[in-house]
Amino acid sequence: MSPPGQLELTRMEEFMEGIWRQNPTFVMVLGMCPALAVTISAVNALSMGIATTVVLIFSALLVSLIRNFVPKEVRIATYILIIATFVTVIDYVIAAISLEIYEALGAFIQLIVVNCIILGRAEAHASKNPPLRAVINALGMGIGFTIGLFSLGAVREILGAGKLFGVSLFGPDFQPWVVMLLPPGGFFVLGSWLLLFSWMRARKTAGETAHG
Amino acid sequence: MASASLSQIFLATVLANNFVLAMFLGLCPFLGVSGKLNTAAPMGAATAFVMLVASLCAYGLNWLVSYFGMEYLRLISYIVVIASAVQLVEMFLKKNSPALFRALGIYLPLITTNCAVLGVALFQTAREYSFAQALAFSLGGGMGFTLALVLMAGLRERLNLVKMPDVVQGTALSLMLAGLLSLTFMGFAGLGAGE
Repeated sequence: MSPPGQLELTRMEEFMEGIWRQNPTFVMVLGMCPALAVTISAVNALSMGIATTVVLIFSALLVSLIRNFVPKEVRIATYILIIATFVTVIDYVIAAISLEIYEALGAFIQLIVVNCIILGRAEAHASKNPPLRAVINALGMGIGFTIGLFSLGAVREILGAGKLFGVSLFGPDFQPWVVMLLPPGGFFVLGSWLLLFSWMRARKTAGETAHG
Repeated sequence: MASASLSQIFLATVLANNFVLAMFLGLCPFLGVSGKLNTAAPMGAATAFVMLVASLCAYGLNWLVSYFGMEYLRLISYIVVIASAVQLVEMFLKKNSPALFRALGIYLPLITTNCAVLGVALFQTAREYSFAQALAFSLGGGMGFTLALVLMAGLRERLNLVKMPDVVQGTALSLMLAGLLSLTFMGFAGLGAGE
């Protein structure tokens, strides 16, 4: 029996948690550094999202498996070591698959280690839940993060270069909005997305109070 | 690249390639701790110190790891050293300035997961800086981080006095502000020769 007041989530809800209700990019605003630094194109954003998801899943699995053996005092250090190991693996895997993407993402692949989402999940979820549940939650979070990165990368590529996945959208006469590809553009696009979400939330709350 | 002069690297890292505003490193504390001016400055200083230590250790570690041909251990050894350096700063602050220690709260141990700190170590390795260049790079990085944090805190303290619609309050507003600040710093782009 779960304690009263703490609702036991079904597996599906656990999965959807990261995609919608606790989306790492738009709701929790975690892992901002890669979210802004690599999202100058949709392809970069997707590869970063996938790499992070893989690390997230494997580290959640391992953290969850050893959760009963790790002394409380050294748990954070242990988690970071586990994450760093998987990031090193991913780093070499990406270099083997596509040198082009590897060079575009640069040091930011290794910086996945310090992505707050992964350590946050390890500490807040994987260390307290059985492996299957931890993996499902990690998968949801990873997909949510990828969606967040993709929506940033796509907007910035469309506005800043007039392209999506390298395919020109508006023909040769399009005047690219270059600032969107530069650092300030990253801040502006993410800020606008957050504005949109908080506006939607405000409307929903207003609607609920009005109707009832 | 490796031939860039020390002052060039230092200036470029503080202004043109500012860690926070141009390279997007260390955004979590940048958005989290920049609410008040009197916590922003010490937080910047603490991070800058850890960056300096991390950079020096990373230089030694990189040499060691390359010497033994174990490049795959580079990332793991960096993160361990950074975590220990943060622990050191934490103990020092707890003993000497408990008030500040409480004010910084959770963000102090989180310096470990600050991308700026690991970023310094990784970028200096990728750019193959010499010892002196690495020193200039990490000093510049730390100063640039503190500068951005303090500027942002000043702006946000001012903004608290202004009436704002509810919808824009919070992170969205901070991000827009950061965007404007970043736009301003792009004016320094001509100094970016040391990249």
